[in-house]
Amino acid sequence: MASDARSAILGRIRGALRVPAERDDAHRRSTYEAIPRNYQQTATKPGEELLALFAHRLEEYDAGVQRVSSNDIPSAVAGLLGHRGRKRIGIPDDLPSVWLPTGFEFEKAAAFDAHQLDQLDGVLTGCTVAIAETGSIVLQNAAAQGPRKLSLVPDYHLCIVFASQIVETVPECFARLDATAHLPTTFVSGPSATADIEMTRIKGVHGPRFLDVLIVGD
Amino acid sequence: MSAPQSYWSNRSFPEAAKELLADSQIRRNVRHATDVIQAKRNRVVGELPDWEALREAGSAIRAHALEHLDEYLIEFERNCTRAGGTVHWARDAAEANRIILALIQSHQAKEVIKIKTMTSEEIGLNRHLEANGIRPHETDLAELIVQLGHDKPSHFVVPALHKNRQQVREIFQRELQLPELGDKPEDLCAAARAYLREKYLRIKVAVSGANFLVAENGAVCIVESEGNGRMCLTLPDVLISLVGIEKVIPRFRDLEVMLQTLPRSATGERMNPYNSIWTGVHEGDGPKEFHVILLDNGRSPILREAEARQTLKCIRCAACLNACPVYHQTGGHAYESVYPGPIGAILTPQLHSMEQGRTLPYASSLCGACYEVCPVKINIPEVLIHLRGKVVEQDQSTLGGKLGAWNIGMQAAGFAMGGAGRFTLAQHMGQLAQKMFVSKNGFIEHLPFMLSGWTQTRDLKALPQQTFRDWWAQRESAASGPGKAEKGNHDGE
Repeated sequence: MASDARSAILGRIRGALRVPAERDDAHRRSTYEAIPRNYQQTATKPGEELLALFAHRLEEYDAGVQRVSSNDIPSAVAGLLGHRGRKRIGIPDDLPSVWLPTGFEFEKAAAFDAHQLDQLDGVLTGCTVAIAETGSIVLQNAAAQGPRKLSLVPDYHLCIVFASQIVETVPECFARLDATAHLPTTFVSGPSATADIEMTRIKGVHGPRFLDVLIVGD
Repeated sequence: MSAPQSYWSNRSFPEAAKELLADSQIRRNVRHATDVIQAKRNRVVGELPDWEALREAGSAIRAHALEHLDEYLIEFERNCTRAGGTVHWARDAAEANRIILALIQSHQAKEVIKIKTMTSEEIGLNRHLEANGIRPHETDLAELIVQLGHDKPSHFVVPALHKNRQQVREIFQRELQLPELGDKPEDLCAAARAYLREKYLRIKVAVSGANFLVAENGAVCIVESEGNGRMCLTLPDVLISLVGIEKVIPRFRDLEVMLQTLPRSATGERMNPYNSIWTGVHEGDGPKEFHVILLDNGRSPILREAEARQTLKCIRCAACLNACPVYHQTGGHAYESVYPGPIGAILTPQLHSMEQGRTLPYASSLCGACYEVCPVKINIPEVLIHLRGKVVEQDQSTLGGKLGAWNIGMQAAGFAMGGAGRFTLAQHMGQLAQKMFVSKNGFIEHLPFMLSGWTQTRDLKALPQQTFRDWWAQRESAASGPGKAEKGNHDGE
């Protein structure tokens, strides 16, 4: 029954496309390679300009942004959490402990269920790559990031982005993701938002309503 | 078990549009919303110097994928399955509904949470589930407004675009029992957040569509704003994604084009708040069971002709709706289809083998604004004309159509224009016949009988006393004096 549908649909497609009995794989590959890609694929901005652009784009999404050196990560984390009034913070199991300040409750939360995550005040993660042009942070189920629900259910997300992780364009981001493309991946561009009512952008619907980003100079 | 009855009527576009044009509230809401999105879209598109190159690439990727659709679907199926997903194939709406219902029932679920999905609207999934005792909860804010308001979507990025904040408040007050609710968009969002969060945490089966399927690695990509998508994709135990067969793209890196053009075209953002990309099932992260249903439902025949095939390149950004002067006036409901606007005008009749939505190819002034904004360069005016041709062919194949005023008029016009002598004669007859109808301003405002349809909505410029042909003949005879007949003395050639 199910395979009937499969062969019927594939048959209809082949009939409509008038596909020859023997398909030529090399032809398909060469026509794919011939797709024109004259769009920008590499960076044009020097490093400092890139970081400034990334910070600016994030601010336009109404995310909080701070730039620090790597020694100052714990104090900056403490400052932001204090400012936001967040105490109990979920972290991925492998988050570097050197990032963590004292005076807060950090809990390894990768195995938490949704209800437990919902009880947290926020979540602290790293990222895989970030895009300056679009102000996007890309999270994968990889080092210092944890499963997708971790950065989703809590109402506040603090993300640590290293300067070396920031690229200028979307194509550069995909080039970096290529090796880990099979991992669950989330692009985050600002706090969750909607414009469904009169096209007014409202921050914070179902995902975290508050997003802070620490940009760490290497 | 047949497909559930559609809530879209069989009214023609002119009939439905006439009624909607009288609703000044809807027109105000639609005008406001489309103006806002258009302005945002123009700003973020304008800042990209490589926008045209991105459109070119996007168009070529989608066209290539369609030319090899069978191969890429098989490749997707193989890779999705290898990653732990299950791929199903559905020839039509009834089959897709049957598969989804059986999957939900196999988990004894009585409720499901849903991400906005056009394919589910297309197959009438909600009505089918409700008829079988399963309650679907829409989680996209606009879809929730439509669902709670017992309404129909009017746009496929912002389905409740035709409602303003006061109307949304009334719906939420009534349906969510929140009599004190305010009408600030923030209040309305907070109400939706509270109402749905409990459902995200409790309900174990989710239904989605998808924006892209990646053949190369079996990945699925969903683009959204609110985080409702992420909730549905990651918290439940079972995820069922219903996806049109045309959504496949060859490789992962092709997303680098689509994820630039789609958000800028759809919501006028450089990037929408969330994109999710995943392959199959991942231990310890997301659903334990993942099903993709590949839906044909009238798509495969559209591949047959090159002009029509480009319809399937669509990535559902709705930029053509926002840019269309007709949509701007009528809103989406006039199209009586899940897919409104210019893309709906070409997609709807084709999905139904030209048996429904036959007036939609005419719901356009062919101004070309839709083509100009399309991020994958679908030449919508070209397809509209192609489909008008099909409608005429169909009409001519019936006796009623043959004897209809339109056909007789066009046949007569075709005959008159088919020869120089006949055309000149027709012009002279027209000059005589028009005398009693020409107004002082030189226009014909009302024609009699069968021809009145033409002047109902437009004035016709009267034929001049001297036609171009008269003038040309006169000029030639005046010029045929001495010397002029020799070659080489003709100037301006």
